[in-house]
Amino acid sequence: MYSEKVMDHFQNPRNVGVLPDADGVGEVGNMRCGDIMRLYIKIGKDETIEDIKFQTFGCGAAIATSSMITEIVKGMSLAEAEKVSNRQVAEELDGLPPVKMHCSNLAADALKAAIANYRENRGASS
Amino acid sequence: MQSVYLDHAATTPVREEVFAAMVPYLTEKFGNPSSLHALGREARRDIEEARGRIARELNASPQEILFTSGGTEADNIAIFGAVAGSKKPGKHLVTSAIEHHGVLHPFQALESRGYRLTVLPVDKYGLVDPGELEKVLSPETILVSIMQANNEVGTIQPIQELATLTRAAGALFHTDAVQSLGILPIDLQELPVDLLSASGHKLYGPKGIGFLYRRKGTKLGPTAFGGAQENSLRPGTENVAGIIGLARAVELAVAEQAETSKRLIYLRDKLIAGLTALPQVTLNGHPRLRLPGNVNVSVSRVEGESLILRLDLKGIAVSSGSACTSGALDPSHVLLAMGLNHQAAHGSLRLTLGRSTTEADIDYVLQVAPGIIEGLRQMSPIVD
Repeated sequence: MYSEKVMDHFQNPRNVGVLPDADGVGEVGNMRCGDIMRLYIKIGKDETIEDIKFQTFGCGAAIATSSMITEIVKGMSLAEAEKVSNRQVAEELDGLPPVKMHCSNLAADALKAAIANYRENRGASS
Repeated sequence: MQSVYLDHAATTPVREEVFAAMVPYLTEKFGNPSSLHALGREARRDIEEARGRIARELNASPQEILFTSGGTEADNIAIFGAVAGSKKPGKHLVTSAIEHHGVLHPFQALESRGYRLTVLPVDKYGLVDPGELEKVLSPETILVSIMQANNEVGTIQPIQELATLTRAAGALFHTDAVQSLGILPIDLQELPVDLLSASGHKLYGPKGIGFLYRRKGTKLGPTAFGGAQENSLRPGTENVAGIIGLARAVELAVAEQAETSKRLIYLRDKLIAGLTALPQVTLNGHPRLRLPGNVNVSVSRVEGESLILRLDLKGIAVSSGSACTSGALDPSHVLLAMGLNHQAAHGSLRLTLGRSTTEADIDYVLQVAPGIIEGLRQMSPIVD
Protein backbone atom coordinates (compact mmCIF):
# COMPACT_ATOMS: atom_id res chain seq x y z
CA MET A 1 0.00 0.00 0.00
CA TYR A 2 2.99 2.32 0.49
CA SER A 3 5.29 3.53 -2.31
CA GLU A 4 8.93 2.47 -2.39
CA LYS A 5 9.94 5.98 -1.34
CA VAL A 6 7.67 5.86 1.70
CA MET A 7 9.12 2.50 2.68
CA ASP A 8 12.65 3.81 2.18
CA HIS A 9 12.04 6.79 4.48
CA PHE A 10 10.22 4.55 6.96
CA GLN A 11 13.07 2.04 7.08
CA ASN A 12 15.89 4.58 6.97
CA PRO A 13 14.47 7.78 8.37
CA ARG A 14 16.68 10.85 7.87
CA ASN A 15 17.44 13.34 10.63
CA VAL A 16 15.88 11.53 13.56
CA GLY A 17 16.48 12.98 16.98
CA VAL A 18 16.56 16.11 19.07
CA LEU A 19 18.39 19.42 18.60
CA PRO A 20 19.29 20.47 22.15
CA ASP A 21 20.00 24.06 21.02
CA ALA A 22 17.01 24.33 18.67
CA ASP A 23 15.77 27.82 17.79
CA GLY A 24 12.24 26.56 17.22
CA VAL A 25 10.24 23.45 18.12
CA GLY A 26 6.87 22.54 16.59
CA GLU A 27 4.54 19.73 17.59
CA VAL A 28 1.32 18.62 15.89
CA GLY A 29 -1.08 15.68 16.07
CA ASN A 30 -2.74 14.03 19.03
CA MET A 31 -2.83 10.69 20.76
CA ARG A 32 -6.45 10.06 19.90
CA CYS A 33 -5.57 9.69 16.23
CA GLY A 34 -2.27 8.07 17.05
CA ASP A 35 0.12 10.46 15.30
CA ILE A 36 2.38 12.96 17.07
CA MET A 37 5.20 14.75 15.25
CA ARG A 38 7.80 17.05 16.75
CA LEU A 39 10.25 19.04 14.63
CA TYR A 40 13.32 20.91 15.88
CA ILE A 41 14.93 23.63 13.73
CA LYS A 42 18.23 25.45 14.01
CA ILE A 43 18.29 28.74 12.10
CA GLY A 44 21.54 29.93 10.52
CA LYS A 45 22.49 33.23 8.92
CA ASP A 46 20.10 34.80 6.38
CA GLU A 47 17.29 32.96 8.10
CA THR A 48 18.03 29.59 6.54
CA ILE A 49 17.29 26.23 8.13
CA GLU A 50 20.77 25.14 9.13
CA ASP A 51 19.72 21.93 10.83
CA ILE A 52 16.47 20.05 11.42
CA LYS A 53 15.56 16.92 13.35
CA PHE A 54 12.33 15.08 14.12
CA GLN A 55 10.69 12.73 16.58
CA THR A 56 7.50 10.97 15.57
CA PHE A 57 5.05 8.58 17.18
CA GLY A 58 2.90 7.23 14.39
CA CYS A 59 2.38 4.97 11.45
CA GLY A 60 4.63 4.41 8.45
CA ALA A 61 3.25 7.47 6.67
CA ALA A 62 3.77 9.68 9.71
CA ILE A 63 7.41 8.65 10.01
CA ALA A 64 8.09 8.89 6.26
CA THR A 65 6.54 12.37 5.89
CA SER A 66 8.54 13.59 8.91
CA SER A 67 11.73 12.25 7.41
CA MET A 68 10.93 13.64 3.96
CA ILE A 69 10.25 17.19 5.13
CA THR A 70 13.62 17.34 6.88
CA GLU A 71 15.28 16.51 3.56
CA ILE A 72 13.19 19.00 1.60
CA VAL A 73 13.75 22.05 3.80
CA LYS A 74 17.28 21.57 5.12
CA GLY A 75 19.26 24.58 3.82
CA MET A 76 16.12 26.42 2.65
CA SER A 77 15.29 29.97 3.65
CA LEU A 78 12.43 30.27 6.12
CA ALA A 79 10.37 32.13 3.53
CA GLU A 80 10.68 29.22 1.10
CA ALA A 81 10.26 26.54 3.76
CA GLU A 82 7.01 28.08 4.92
CA LYS A 83 5.52 27.54 1.49
CA VAL A 84 6.02 23.77 1.60
CA SER A 85 2.63 22.08 1.92
CA ASN A 86 1.54 18.70 3.25
CA ARG A 87 0.46 17.80 -0.27
CA GLN A 88 3.94 18.56 -1.61
CA VAL A 89 5.52 16.31 1.01
CA ALA A 90 3.17 13.50 -0.03
CA GLU A 91 4.00 14.08 -3.70
CA GLU A 92 7.74 13.90 -3.00
CA LEU A 93 7.04 10.46 -1.49
CA ASP A 94 5.23 9.39 -4.70
CA GLY A 95 1.90 9.69 -2.94
CA LEU A 96 0.23 8.28 0.17
CA PRO A 97 -2.81 6.01 0.51
CA PRO A 98 -5.99 8.18 0.59
CA VAL A 99 -6.79 7.24 4.20
CA LYS A 100 -3.39 8.57 5.29
CA MET A 101 -3.68 11.92 3.52
CA HIS A 102 -5.46 13.69 6.36
CA CYS A 103 -4.44 11.78 9.47
CA SER A 104 -0.74 11.16 9.01
CA ASN A 105 0.30 13.87 6.57
CA LEU A 106 1.12 16.62 9.04
CA ALA A 107 4.82 17.29 8.56
CA ALA A 108 4.37 20.70 6.91
CA ASP A 109 2.09 21.72 9.77
CA ALA A 110 4.79 20.68 12.24
CA LEU A 111 7.34 22.77 10.34
CA LYS A 112 5.04 25.81 10.33
CA ALA A 113 4.59 25.36 14.08
CA ALA A 114 8.37 25.20 14.56
CA ILE A 115 8.89 28.38 12.48
CA ALA A 116 6.17 30.18 14.44
CA ASN A 117 7.86 29.07 17.65
CA TYR A 118 11.21 30.40 16.39
CA ARG A 119 9.64 33.78 15.60
CA GLU A 120 8.02 33.93 19.01
CA ASN A 121 11.31 33.11 20.70
CA ARG A 122 13.14 35.75 18.67
CA GLY A 123 10.45 38.33 19.35
CA ALA A 124 10.68 37.64 23.05
CA SER A 125 14.47 37.97 23.16
CA SER A 126 14.82 41.17 21.07
CA MET B 1 14.75 -14.46 5.19
CA GLN B 2 12.74 -16.42 7.72
CA SER B 3 8.98 -16.21 7.24
CA VAL B 4 6.80 -16.39 10.35
CA TYR B 5 3.00 -16.17 10.08
CA LEU B 6 1.46 -15.12 13.39
CA ASP B 7 -1.91 -13.85 12.19
CA HIS B 8 -4.02 -17.01 12.43
CA ALA B 9 -6.92 -15.07 13.98
CA ALA B 10 -7.17 -13.16 10.68
CA THR B 11 -7.11 -16.23 8.47
CA THR B 12 -5.45 -19.61 8.02
CA PRO B 13 -4.25 -21.55 4.99
CA VAL B 14 -6.47 -24.31 3.59
CA ARG B 15 -5.19 -27.68 4.81
CA GLU B 16 -4.08 -30.11 2.15
CA GLU B 17 -6.66 -32.68 3.22
CA VAL B 18 -9.35 -30.01 2.96
CA PHE B 19 -8.20 -28.85 -0.45
CA ALA B 20 -8.07 -32.42 -1.75
CA ALA B 21 -11.63 -33.03 -0.56
CA MET B 22 -12.85 -29.90 -2.35
CA VAL B 23 -11.24 -30.32 -5.76
CA PRO B 24 -13.74 -32.81 -7.24
CA TYR B 25 -16.60 -30.41 -6.44
CA LEU B 26 -14.93 -27.61 -8.39
CA THR B 27 -14.39 -29.86 -11.40
CA GLU B 28 -16.26 -33.03 -12.29
CA LYS B 29 -18.84 -32.96 -9.46
CA PHE B 30 -19.99 -29.46 -10.33
CA GLY B 31 -23.74 -30.06 -10.10
CA ASN B 32 -26.22 -27.62 -8.58
CA PRO B 33 -27.77 -29.31 -5.52
CA SER B 34 -31.21 -28.04 -6.63
CA SER B 35 -31.01 -29.84 -10.01
CA LEU B 36 -33.01 -33.03 -10.42
CA HIS B 37 -30.53 -34.89 -12.62
CA ALA B 38 -27.80 -37.23 -11.39
CA LEU B 39 -25.11 -34.51 -11.06
CA GLY B 40 -27.45 -32.36 -8.98
CA ARG B 41 -28.58 -35.28 -6.82
CA GLU B 42 -24.96 -36.18 -6.14
CA ALA B 43 -24.17 -32.62 -5.01
CA ARG B 44 -27.30 -32.59 -2.79
CA ARG B 45 -26.40 -35.92 -1.22
CA ASP B 46 -22.83 -34.82 -0.52
CA ILE B 47 -23.66 -31.47 1.08
CA GLU B 48 -26.28 -33.16 3.26
CA GLU B 49 -23.69 -35.70 4.27
CA ALA B 50 -21.29 -32.85 5.10
CA ARG B 51 -24.00 -31.19 7.20
CA GLY B 52 -24.40 -34.42 9.13
CA ARG B 53 -20.67 -34.69 9.74
CA ILE B 54 -20.43 -31.15 11.12
CA ALA B 55 -23.48 -31.76 13.32
CA ARG B 56 -21.96 -34.96 14.68
CA GLU B 57 -18.71 -33.20 15.67
CA LEU B 58 -20.66 -30.64 17.69
CA ASN B 59 -23.28 -33.01 19.11
CA ALA B 60 -26.05 -31.29 17.15
CA SER B 61 -28.63 -32.45 14.57
CA PRO B 62 -28.03 -31.97 10.83
CA GLN B 63 -31.12 -29.76 10.42
CA GLU B 64 -29.65 -27.40 13.01
CA ILE B 65 -26.75 -26.45 10.70
CA LEU B 66 -27.34 -23.71 8.10
CA PHE B 67 -24.55 -23.01 5.67
CA THR B 68 -23.66 -19.35 5.13
CA SER B 69 -20.96 -17.41 3.34
CA GLY B 70 -19.03 -17.03 6.59
CA GLY B 71 -19.13 -15.71 10.13
CA THR B 72 -20.45 -12.25 9.33
CA GLU B 73 -23.37 -13.56 7.30
CA ALA B 74 -24.17 -16.09 10.05
CA ASP B 75 -24.19 -13.23 12.59
CA ASN B 76 -26.50 -11.16 10.38
CA ILE B 77 -28.93 -14.02 9.80
CA ALA B 78 -28.97 -14.82 13.53
CA ILE B 79 -29.55 -11.23 14.66
CA PHE B 80 -31.91 -9.89 12.00
CA GLY B 81 -33.58 -13.32 11.78
CA ALA B 82 -34.24 -13.51 15.53
CA VAL B 83 -35.80 -10.06 15.45
CA ALA B 84 -37.87 -10.86 12.34
CA GLY B 85 -39.05 -14.12 13.90
CA SER B 86 -39.88 -12.72 17.33
CA LYS B 87 -43.52 -12.63 18.42
CA LYS B 88 -42.68 -10.65 21.55
CA PRO B 89 -44.08 -7.17 22.00
CA GLY B 90 -40.70 -6.09 23.44
CA LYS B 91 -37.90 -4.57 21.41
CA HIS B 92 -34.90 -5.06 23.68
CA LEU B 93 -31.53 -6.41 22.49
CA VAL B 94 -28.34 -7.05 24.45
CA THR B 95 -24.73 -7.42 23.34
CA SER B 96 -21.27 -6.63 24.72
CA ALA B 97 -18.81 -3.82 24.03
CA ILE B 98 -16.15 -6.16 22.63
CA GLU B 99 -18.10 -7.93 19.90
CA HIS B 100 -16.83 -8.27 16.34
CA HIS B 101 -18.33 -5.71 13.97
CA GLY B 102 -20.26 -8.60 12.40
CA VAL B 103 -22.40 -8.50 15.55
CA LEU B 104 -22.08 -4.89 16.71
CA HIS B 105 -23.06 -3.30 13.42
CA PRO B 106 -26.28 -5.33 12.89
CA PHE B 107 -27.31 -4.36 16.43
CA GLN B 108 -26.51 -0.70 15.77
CA ALA B 109 -28.58 -0.87 12.59
CA LEU B 110 -31.51 -2.27 14.59
CA GLU B 111 -31.05 0.44 17.22
CA SER B 112 -31.40 3.07 14.51
CA ARG B 113 -34.67 1.36 13.51
CA GLY B 114 -36.13 1.81 16.98
CA TYR B 115 -34.92 -1.22 18.95
CA ARG B 116 -33.57 -0.64 22.44
CA LEU B 117 -29.96 -1.80 22.65
CA THR B 118 -27.97 -2.52 25.80
CA VAL B 119 -24.21 -2.84 25.30
CA LEU B 120 -22.73 -4.58 28.33
CA PRO B 121 -19.36 -3.31 29.56
CA VAL B 122 -16.34 -5.56 30.16
CA ASP B 123 -13.69 -5.58 32.87
CA LYS B 124 -9.99 -4.89 32.29
CA TYR B 125 -9.51 -8.46 31.00
CA GLY B 126 -12.36 -8.14 28.52
CA LEU B 127 -14.78 -10.30 30.52
CA VAL B 128 -18.54 -9.74 30.63
CA ASP B 129 -19.97 -10.01 34.14
CA PRO B 130 -23.03 -12.33 34.21
CA GLY B 131 -24.38 -10.18 37.06
CA GLU B 132 -24.50 -7.20 34.67
CA LEU B 133 -26.47 -9.26 32.16
CA GLU B 134 -28.90 -10.44 34.81
CA LYS B 135 -29.62 -6.81 35.72
CA VAL B 136 -30.67 -5.79 32.21
CA LEU B 137 -32.66 -8.87 31.13
CA SER B 138 -36.42 -8.31 31.02
CA PRO B 139 -39.53 -9.88 29.48
CA GLU B 140 -38.95 -7.41 26.63
CA THR B 141 -35.55 -8.88 25.76
CA ILE B 142 -35.58 -10.67 22.39
CA LEU B 143 -31.94 -11.61 21.94
CA VAL B 144 -28.61 -11.58 23.73
CA SER B 145 -25.41 -12.01 21.70
CA ILE B 146 -22.02 -12.44 23.36
CA MET B 147 -19.03 -13.93 21.62
CA GLN B 148 -17.46 -17.11 22.95
CA ALA B 149 -13.89 -15.82 22.59
CA ASN B 150 -12.65 -12.44 21.49
CA ASN B 151 -10.75 -12.09 18.21
CA GLU B 152 -8.37 -9.38 19.42
CA VAL B 153 -7.43 -10.30 22.97
CA GLY B 154 -8.56 -13.93 23.07
CA THR B 155 -10.61 -13.61 26.26
CA ILE B 156 -12.99 -16.54 26.75
CA GLN B 157 -16.43 -15.55 28.09
CA PRO B 158 -18.50 -17.49 30.63
CA ILE B 159 -20.95 -18.49 27.88
CA GLN B 160 -22.53 -21.33 29.85
CA GLU B 161 -23.59 -18.94 32.60
CA LEU B 162 -24.58 -16.08 30.27
CA ALA B 163 -26.70 -18.37 28.09
CA THR B 164 -28.38 -20.01 31.07
CA LEU B 165 -29.39 -16.61 32.49
CA THR B 166 -30.69 -15.50 29.09
CA ARG B 167 -32.82 -18.58 28.62
CA ALA B 168 -34.26 -18.28 32.11
CA ALA B 169 -35.42 -14.80 31.09
CA GLY B 170 -37.13 -16.21 28.00
CA ALA B 171 -34.81 -14.61 25.44
CA LEU B 172 -32.67 -16.17 22.71
CA PHE B 173 -28.91 -16.47 23.12
CA HIS B 174 -26.49 -16.16 20.19
CA THR B 175 -22.74 -16.57 20.35
CA ASP B 176 -20.16 -15.71 17.72
CA ALA B 177 -17.83 -18.73 17.84
CA VAL B 178 -15.74 -17.75 14.82
CA GLN B 179 -12.54 -17.66 16.90
CA SER B 180 -13.34 -20.65 19.10
CA LEU B 181 -14.95 -23.38 17.02
CA GLY B 182 -12.46 -26.20 16.59
CA ILE B 183 -10.15 -24.44 19.04
CA LEU B 184 -12.16 -24.87 22.23
CA PRO B 185 -14.23 -28.01 22.83
CA ILE B 186 -17.89 -27.37 21.95
CA ASP B 187 -20.76 -29.72 22.78
CA LEU B 188 -24.11 -28.24 21.81
CA GLN B 189 -26.03 -30.59 24.08
CA GLU B 190 -24.10 -29.08 26.99
CA LEU B 191 -23.81 -25.44 25.87
CA PRO B 192 -27.27 -23.86 26.16
CA VAL B 193 -26.99 -21.50 23.17
CA ASP B 194 -29.80 -21.10 20.63
CA LEU B 195 -27.64 -19.71 17.84
CA LEU B 196 -23.93 -19.98 17.08
CA SER B 197 -21.87 -18.56 14.20
CA ALA B 198 -18.76 -20.16 12.72
CA SER B 199 -16.42 -19.56 9.82
CA GLY B 200 -14.37 -21.93 7.65
CA HIS B 201 -11.21 -19.96 7.01
CA LYS B 202 -10.29 -19.57 10.66
CA LEU B 203 -9.92 -23.33 10.99
CA TYR B 204 -7.93 -24.23 7.87
CA GLY B 205 -10.98 -24.36 5.64
CA PRO B 206 -11.68 -22.11 2.66
CA LYS B 207 -12.87 -18.50 2.74
CA GLY B 208 -16.47 -17.80 1.75
CA ILE B 209 -18.05 -20.55 3.82
CA GLY B 210 -19.35 -20.75 7.37
CA PHE B 211 -22.44 -21.86 9.20
CA LEU B 212 -25.08 -20.82 11.65
CA TYR B 213 -26.15 -23.37 14.24
CA ARG B 214 -29.83 -22.90 15.03
CA ARG B 215 -31.22 -25.02 17.86
CA LYS B 216 -34.38 -26.89 16.95
CA GLY B 217 -37.42 -24.74 17.70
CA THR B 218 -35.56 -21.41 17.42
CA LYS B 219 -37.70 -19.20 15.24
CA LEU B 220 -35.87 -17.05 12.68
CA GLY B 221 -37.54 -14.87 10.09
CA PRO B 222 -36.10 -14.63 6.58
CA THR B 223 -33.82 -11.66 5.92
CA ALA B 224 -32.85 -12.35 2.30
CA PHE B 225 -35.11 -13.63 -0.46
CA GLY B 226 -34.74 -15.52 -3.69
CA GLY B 227 -34.66 -19.24 -3.03
CA ALA B 228 -35.61 -22.05 -0.68
CA GLN B 229 -32.04 -23.09 0.14
CA GLU B 230 -31.07 -23.52 3.79
CA ASN B 231 -34.71 -23.37 4.91
CA SER B 232 -35.14 -20.13 2.96
CA LEU B 233 -32.87 -18.42 5.50
CA ARG B 234 -29.89 -18.28 3.17
CA PRO B 235 -31.26 -18.29 -0.36
CA GLY B 236 -28.88 -18.85 -3.25
CA THR B 237 -27.02 -21.81 -4.73
CA GLU B 238 -24.96 -23.57 -2.10
CA ASN B 239 -21.17 -23.24 -2.09
CA VAL B 240 -20.77 -26.98 -2.60
CA ALA B 241 -16.97 -27.21 -2.61
CA GLY B 242 -16.82 -24.83 0.34
CA ILE B 243 -19.28 -26.94 2.32
CA ILE B 244 -17.31 -30.12 1.62
CA GLY B 245 -14.10 -28.36 2.66
CA LEU B 246 -15.69 -26.92 5.79
CA ALA B 247 -16.88 -30.34 6.95
CA ARG B 248 -13.40 -31.80 6.53
CA ALA B 249 -11.83 -28.81 8.31
CA VAL B 250 -14.21 -29.09 11.27
CA GLU B 251 -13.59 -32.83 11.59
CA LEU B 252 -9.83 -32.39 11.58
CA ALA B 253 -9.91 -29.43 13.97
CA VAL B 254 -12.09 -31.29 16.48
CA ALA B 255 -10.01 -34.46 16.24
CA GLU B 256 -6.78 -32.55 16.89
CA GLN B 257 -8.22 -29.98 19.28
CA ALA B 258 -6.80 -31.25 22.57
CA GLU B 259 -3.31 -31.87 21.24
CA THR B 260 -3.11 -28.60 19.26
CA SER B 261 -4.38 -26.67 22.22
CA LYS B 262 -1.75 -28.09 24.56
CA ARG B 263 1.07 -27.32 22.11
CA LEU B 264 -0.13 -23.78 21.40
CA ILE B 265 -0.62 -22.90 25.06
CA TYR B 266 3.02 -23.77 25.70
CA LEU B 267 4.21 -21.62 22.77
CA ARG B 268 1.76 -18.82 23.62
CA ASP B 269 2.96 -18.61 27.21
CA LYS B 270 6.58 -18.62 26.11
CA LEU B 271 5.89 -15.72 23.73
CA ILE B 272 3.93 -13.81 26.37
CA ALA B 273 6.70 -14.30 28.93
CA GLY B 274 9.37 -13.19 26.46
CA LEU B 275 7.54 -10.09 25.27
CA THR B 276 6.34 -8.92 28.67
CA ALA B 277 9.89 -9.28 30.01
CA LEU B 278 10.81 -6.34 27.74
CA PRO B 279 10.57 -2.92 29.36
CA GLN B 280 7.05 -1.44 29.29
CA VAL B 281 5.41 -4.20 27.30
CA THR B 282 2.17 -5.31 28.95
CA LEU B 283 -0.27 -8.14 28.29
CA ASN B 284 -3.80 -7.33 27.12
CA GLY B 285 -6.58 -9.78 27.91
CA HIS B 286 -6.86 -12.50 30.52
CA PRO B 287 -3.77 -14.44 31.56
CA ARG B 288 -5.66 -17.75 31.83
CA LEU B 289 -9.15 -17.48 30.24
CA ARG B 290 -7.54 -17.01 26.86
CA LEU B 291 -7.54 -18.69 23.45
CA PRO B 292 -4.56 -21.07 23.13
CA GLY B 293 -3.10 -19.16 20.18
CA ASN B 294 -3.66 -15.55 21.22
CA VAL B 295 -1.01 -13.09 22.34
CA ASN B 296 -1.86 -9.39 22.61
CA VAL B 297 0.49 -6.83 24.13
CA SER B 298 0.77 -3.06 24.30
CA VAL B 299 4.17 -1.58 23.62
CA SER B 300 4.47 1.83 25.23
CA ARG B 301 5.59 4.90 23.22
CA VAL B 302 5.33 3.04 19.91
CA GLU B 303 2.54 2.99 17.32
CA GLY B 304 1.18 -0.35 16.11
CA GLU B 305 1.37 0.11 12.35
CA SER B 306 5.05 1.01 12.53
CA LEU B 307 5.64 -2.11 14.58
CA ILE B 308 3.77 -4.28 12.08
CA LEU B 309 5.68 -2.84 9.12
CA ARG B 310 9.07 -3.22 10.78
CA LEU B 311 8.26 -6.81 11.81
CA ASP B 312 6.98 -7.49 8.28
CA LEU B 313 10.34 -6.34 6.90
CA LYS B 314 11.83 -9.15 9.03
CA GLY B 315 9.34 -11.66 7.65
CA ILE B 316 6.98 -11.67 10.63
CA ALA B 317 3.23 -11.24 9.91
CA VAL B 318 1.19 -9.87 12.84
CA SER B 319 -1.61 -7.35 13.42
CA SER B 320 -2.52 -4.43 15.67
CA GLY B 321 -5.50 -2.61 17.12
CA SER B 322 -4.12 0.80 16.16
CA ALA B 323 -6.37 3.17 14.24
CA CYS B 324 -4.09 3.05 11.21
CA THR B 325 -4.58 -0.67 10.79
CA SER B 326 -8.32 -0.63 11.39
CA GLY B 327 -8.88 1.97 8.68
CA ALA B 328 -10.77 4.02 11.25
CA LEU B 329 -9.89 7.15 13.18
CA ASP B 330 -10.06 5.52 16.59
CA PRO B 331 -8.08 2.51 17.73
CA SER B 332 -9.68 -0.83 18.62
CA HIS B 333 -13.08 -0.57 20.34
CA VAL B 334 -12.20 -3.76 22.22
CA LEU B 335 -9.08 -2.34 23.85
CA LEU B 336 -10.80 0.96 24.66
CA ALA B 337 -13.73 -0.96 26.23
CA MET B 338 -11.21 -2.77 28.44
CA GLY B 339 -10.09 0.61 29.73
CA LEU B 340 -6.83 1.02 27.83
CA ASN B 341 -5.88 4.59 27.00
CA HIS B 342 -5.37 5.68 23.40
CA GLN B 343 -1.61 5.31 23.52
CA ALA B 344 -1.79 1.72 24.77
CA ALA B 345 -4.45 0.88 22.18
CA HIS B 346 -2.46 2.43 19.32
CA GLY B 347 0.60 0.54 20.54
CA SER B 348 -1.09 -2.86 20.64
CA LEU B 349 0.28 -5.87 18.85
CA ARG B 350 -1.62 -9.11 18.23
CA LEU B 351 0.29 -12.29 17.47
CA THR B 352 -1.91 -15.33 16.85
CA LEU B 353 -0.38 -18.79 16.67
CA GLY B 354 -1.60 -21.77 14.70
CA ARG B 355 -0.80 -25.20 13.30
CA SER B 356 2.33 -24.10 11.48
CA THR B 357 3.81 -22.24 14.46
CA THR B 358 7.02 -23.74 15.82
CA GLU B 359 9.18 -22.96 18.81
CA ALA B 360 11.80 -21.62 16.37
CA ASP B 361 9.22 -19.06 15.18
CA ILE B 362 8.67 -17.86 18.73
CA ASP B 363 12.42 -17.68 19.35
CA TYR B 364 12.87 -15.67 16.15
CA VAL B 365 10.20 -13.14 17.16
CA LEU B 366 11.74 -12.79 20.60
CA GLN B 367 15.14 -12.26 19.00
CA VAL B 368 13.94 -9.61 16.50
CA ALA B 369 11.29 -7.70 18.47
CA PRO B 370 13.48 -5.97 21.09
CA GLY B 371 15.61 -4.20 18.46
CA ILE B 372 12.56 -3.07 16.49
CA ILE B 373 10.83 -1.74 19.58
CA GLU B 374 13.98 0.06 20.71
CA GLY B 375 14.49 1.57 17.26
CA LEU B 376 10.96 2.97 17.15
CA ARG B 377 11.16 4.21 20.72
CA GLN B 378 14.31 6.18 19.87
CA MET B 379 12.24 7.98 17.26
CA SER B 380 9.33 8.65 19.61
CA PRO B 381 8.58 12.07 21.10
CA ILE B 382 6.56 10.46 23.91
CA VAL B 383 8.20 10.39 27.31
CA ASP B 384 6.91 8.33 30.19
